[in-house]
Amino acid sequence: MSKKIKLLLVDDEENFVNTLAERMKMRDMGSDVAHDGETALEMIKDGTPDVMVLDLRMPGIDGVEVLRKVKKSHPEVQVIVLTGHGSEQDQEVCMQLGAYEYHKKPVDIDRLVKSIKGAYRQKMEDAMVAATFAEANDHEDADRVMREGDKK
Amino acid sequence: MRKLADLLKHPLRELQGEVDEAVSPERYTLLRRKIIALMVAATLIPLSVMAVLNYYEHQNAMAREIQNPLRVLVNKTKNSFELFLAERTSTVSLIASAYTYQELADQQKLARIFSVMKREFEGFVDLGLIDEHGTQVNYVGPYTLQGKNYADQRWFQEVRLKGKYVSDVFMGFRKFPHVIVAVQHMTEDGRTWILRATLDTKQFERIIASMSLEPDADAFLVNGQGLMQTSSNNYGKVLEKVSFPLPPMTYEPTVVNMTDPLGREVFLAYAYFPDADFVLMAVKPRSSSLKTWYTVRGDLLFIFVAGVAVVLIAAMRVTDALIRRMKEAEDRRELALREVEHSQKLSSIGRLAAGVAHEVNNPLAIINEKTGLMKDILDMQGDFPAKAKLLAQVESVLRAVERCRGITHRMLGFARRMDVSIEDLDLSELIRETAGFLANEAMHRKVDVQLDMDPELPRIVSDRSQLQQVFLNLFNNALAAVADGGNITVTARPESDGVRVSVADNGCGMSEETLKHIFEPFFTTKKGKGTGLGLSITYGIIKRLGGEISVESTQGVGTTLTITLPKGQREALA
Repeated sequence: MSKKIKLLLVDDEENFVNTLAERMKMRDMGSDVAHDGETALEMIKDGTPDVMVLDLRMPGIDGVEVLRKVKKSHPEVQVIVLTGHGSEQDQEVCMQLGAYEYHKKPVDIDRLVKSIKGAYRQKMEDAMVAATFAEANDHEDADRVMREGDKK
Repeated sequence: MRKLADLLKHPLRELQGEVDEAVSPERYTLLRRKIIALMVAATLIPLSVMAVLNYYEHQNAMAREIQNPLRVLVNKTKNSFELFLAERTSTVSLIASAYTYQELADQQKLARIFSVMKREFEGFVDLGLIDEHGTQVNYVGPYTLQGKNYADQRWFQEVRLKGKYVSDVFMGFRKFPHVIVAVQHMTEDGRTWILRATLDTKQFERIIASMSLEPDADAFLVNGQGLMQTSSNNYGKVLEKVSFPLPPMTYEPTVVNMTDPLGREVFLAYAYFPDADFVLMAVKPRSSSLKTWYTVRGDLLFIFVAGVAVVLIAAMRVTDALIRRMKEAEDRRELALREVEHSQKLSSIGRLAAGVAHEVNNPLAIINEKTGLMKDILDMQGDFPAKAKLLAQVESVLRAVERCRGITHRMLGFARRMDVSIEDLDLSELIRETAGFLANEAMHRKVDVQLDMDPELPRIVSDRSQLQQVFLNLFNNALAAVADGGNITVTARPESDGVRVSVADNGCGMSEETLKHIFEPFFTTKKGKGTGLGLSITYGIIKRLGGEISVESTQGVGTTLTITLPKGQREALA
């Protein structure tokens, strides 16, 4: 956990999101801020964050849509939903779309930090599993090359 | 009567009624009366018509059955009479033709002829030969009538005119009822003479006796003037005037009803003779002959009366059941309406609460973060004089935010639960949550609310929002019942096939009378404040969810409401 967790905070309530970013910085997490869905998607293209904290109700592309797109293009990004409007159905939809956790505003900072750390751990584990699979495939390929060489 | 006719014209108008009209008990009474009247009319009118028709048909059939044999008998007897008279007339006629005047005028010869006649044909009393001047020239018989002149007697004139004559029964010179048969004969030389025989009416009596009538019946012969030709039992002796007027003339045997001079209802069967001036009559009292009819009539009457009674009872019963059903349906409908109203109200309150909660959450989050940041900054600062005090303020704000969070989330939870139906739920959590709504009021009134939940309580499949409503109702009632500083204990325990929850308070309790009506809609003891729907809706919900609800109460001691809920739900509810 030596590496700094890279966060992307997406919320149209600037007052809220800027303050939250500042607090995260104090907790050793570098965070970018986006104030709407479009910006958030643009920023993801430029450099993928580890964890995304996403509001649902936003002007333009709303949170659910952002979540859907992100999970499609960058499935490795863990998304934590943090919303003041969320209903039970929203929660269900988000979890199905692959959100890591779902929180309601206002949220206790410690709890959010814990959630972010959990998400980051999850991301690392996923990456490791993927790497192991890739390695196994490499080995298999190597074996096959060797066998084919023997036949010759 | 006009009302009944009107009712028959528009029988359904009353039954359709105005659906939304408030239904008063008087209206049911009126409706009941009208339905009964309609049913009774609809059944009794055909029944009565049938009974009356049946009565007359039966009566006629019975009368015909009695009259026909009588008619036949009269006809047969009339034929016997006619045959008898025709035989006698032709006998006399034969003798007149077979013998010459000289032979008949001979005393000895006539005596011989007469004795043969008497031997062959019964009923001849004497035989006489009368010349054209009406003088009896020769005579054989028990009387001394020789030389008697009949020239001025009616029968003599008639026989001279018609050639043949049969007299009525009369006494004549002989002083006993008899009939004369006279035949005129004309010799080739143009002389005319008359042969005259007398018949005694014993033969008539014999023919009538052969009818073998019942003792109370009567048969007799009457002539055209209404004089009795034979003796009767009840209507006079021979040659007396018959004691009732003669019926209209007809040769066909006919039966008429009449009241005889003795005052009896009788059938009179009669027939006029075409060849003689006689009417044969037979009288039979109706009372004896109609005895079977009377029993039939009694049966008919009994069946009719029993039918009417059955119809009346059935109409009453059916109508009562109908009205009761209608009343129940009306009540149920009313309750359902109120329930919908109530839950709509709850649901709109829920939506409003959700809206407020959502709107409040965002600024609350800002306060939370801003204050959080303040706290973070403060934490990083070295000690300065006001740090501790400032930190305490910040902590206090954060606590307030946390409290607000609790409120808004509960409001959201309440709203959310308005829509969801059957789900798997943790009852103790639901009870805790619901009790939370009233925690404030309880606190202010210093009411001690104890939640005693069994940790082993199974999850149940049920309707969250409905259960929430149920517990809200129960807690509200308990809170309303206890005095300030009272106790409410909510106990939840697992049961064999579900969960048992009881809400006990040490409030005012209720009387037996109140207990009886407690689940009825619109029954309330909170005068002016309650709708009287809370417990009836609760009852309805619990029943729908497959549970049971019961209440125990002692006045002045407290009330315990107990609910049992099944673990699972029946398919129909899912």
